[in-house]
Amino acid sequence: MPEAATEPSVPPPPTAAAPAIVVRDLVKTYAGHPAVRGVSFEVAHGEIIGLLGPNGAGKSTTLRILTGYLPATSGHVTVCGIDVAAQPAEVKNHLGFMPENNPLPEDMRVREYLHFRGRLKGLTRRRLGPRLDEVTHLCDLGRVRDRIIGKLSKGYRQRVGIADAILAEPPLIIMDEPTIGLDPHQILTVRDLIASLRGRMTVLISSHILPEIEMTCDRVVIVNQGRVVAAGAPADLRREFFGPGHYEIELAGPFDELPALLAAVHPRLASLSAATPGADGFATLRLGAPHDAPDLREALVNALARAPRFRLRSLTRTRHTLEEVFLAATQAKAA
Amino acid sequence: MRPFRILLAHELRMLLVSPATYIAATLFLLVMGFIFTGVLETFAAAPQQTSPAAVFFQLLWLPVFFMVPLLTMKSLAEERRLGTLETLLTTPVTTAQVVLAKFFAAYALYLALWAATGGFFYILHRFAGGAQALDYGPLVGGYLFIAVSGTLFVSIGILASALTRNQAVAGTFAFVLLLMLVVGTRFAGTLEILKLDHLATLRAAVDYVQVFTHLEDFTRGVIDTRQVLYYLSGTVLALILGILGVEAKLLHS
Repeated sequence: MPEAATEPSVPPPPTAAAPAIVVRDLVKTYAGHPAVRGVSFEVAHGEIIGLLGPNGAGKSTTLRILTGYLPATSGHVTVCGIDVAAQPAEVKNHLGFMPENNPLPEDMRVREYLHFRGRLKGLTRRRLGPRLDEVTHLCDLGRVRDRIIGKLSKGYRQRVGIADAILAEPPLIIMDEPTIGLDPHQILTVRDLIASLRGRMTVLISSHILPEIEMTCDRVVIVNQGRVVAAGAPADLRREFFGPGHYEIELAGPFDELPALLAAVHPRLASLSAATPGADGFATLRLGAPHDAPDLREALVNALARAPRFRLRSLTRTRHTLEEVFLAATQAKAA
Repeated sequence: MRPFRILLAHELRMLLVSPATYIAATLFLLVMGFIFTGVLETFAAAPQQTSPAAVFFQLLWLPVFFMVPLLTMKSLAEERRLGTLETLLTTPVTTAQVVLAKFFAAYALYLALWAATGGFFYILHRFAGGAQALDYGPLVGGYLFIAVSGTLFVSIGILASALTRNQAVAGTFAFVLLLMLVVGTRFAGTLEILKLDHLATLRAAVDYVQVFTHLEDFTRGVIDTRQVLYYLSGTVLALILGILGVEAKLLHS
């Protein structure tokens, strides 16, 4: 097998063509109360995916079912080509999981804990030694490796959890709210850490810290009340929910001539707000174009430059934050 | 099998480094030493029919009632409360391996604590002068009984801990189960209703599970395989129920 020899360290996924995760019509009810009602999505190898949703949307339940910890009520889940319901034990060899709230034993030292976890995950002593050093370095745990976990700050505890998840170099890493309760510095560190896994491992994280997800993830899956309400790259979702056409311009000049000028650029481009010029004569306006319109920024600049009585100071296309997408997606389907 | 060995080694290690173990051991030896002194004083006051070892082991129920719940109540309840059971069960280990590792670690500690009371007999032997003061038969029989019955007692503690996330509930539950097993069966044996002829089989069953009768037999040197079987099968049953308890909590969470 010449192909296998080229990748000695990383165990090749069982079926290279199969996506890392396939979830189809997943349903989970807790004592008659539905938590997940028909969630479906797919994750390709090497992708970083964010699972978004308000509290109680079924994120944690979905992740737990993916790890084989909880059985699903119905539906089909495969991880790295392995059926989770049929072979829950085998699935556990292929993933690293950090549960919600990152539970850790209080009375162990960081190094002891990671050693124990590494042995449980089937690493041999010989491989574990260098791997521990590597992970400690990667998660910046060098200073606390001999401290008791119960006495660590939240940021360090979180990093211990992440170190544990990536310890055995699984092809898939699932983290439930990895950045919850961290300060902005620590969030940055964790984000860089997750980004550094890109390409090597498939990462599925859940969060409701939205800028977080947007910066790290290739794609997001938004769930609400146990259903997927939107899925795709953040940019695509923005287009899907808001379209391309919102511009913000700052200009001075005869505002009553503006509608005609805008109509010349695009027949349905219109100002959404009334012009209230400031002391210097400049006013900030929001312009709206229909969803199917192309990017009009260049045309706008050119048109305004040709009209010498207008003085343009700035022009930007309004970027909707993922937050707005999230709110639109979760409200649209709830209504 | 490999995850089981790793888990057991981990549990034993955590017991050895935990200060709670040493505090529990000290207090246990204090209580047992107190009982032992009391036994010796009765023997010093008047000659007795039985050996001091036999009388000492008669008081086995006292440490069983307070030590077994204390040793075992933390095991699974704490893991569940902290959520570390989830991290544990998302690695390639099975519920059975986790429960068995907890059981054997607690059982090892139980045996170690009892083994330490052997020191009392050594001191007696050393300072009472002459081997005739100490009869080895009841001593060996008594310790053997403790080893055999301990499997059942400890597994009951583990079962109680598997069913709840609250340590206090686990401890109380274990205490109640042990009380029913040791004292409850004795009380049942004295019930008038069992003396009826058509309940003879039931009475035979109640007689069969008398912990104190087993203890007497062992200290007299009678080792009945039926009694050993009773404890071992009870242990297996309690552990299976414990494993099912942990899994049922996952299924119906």
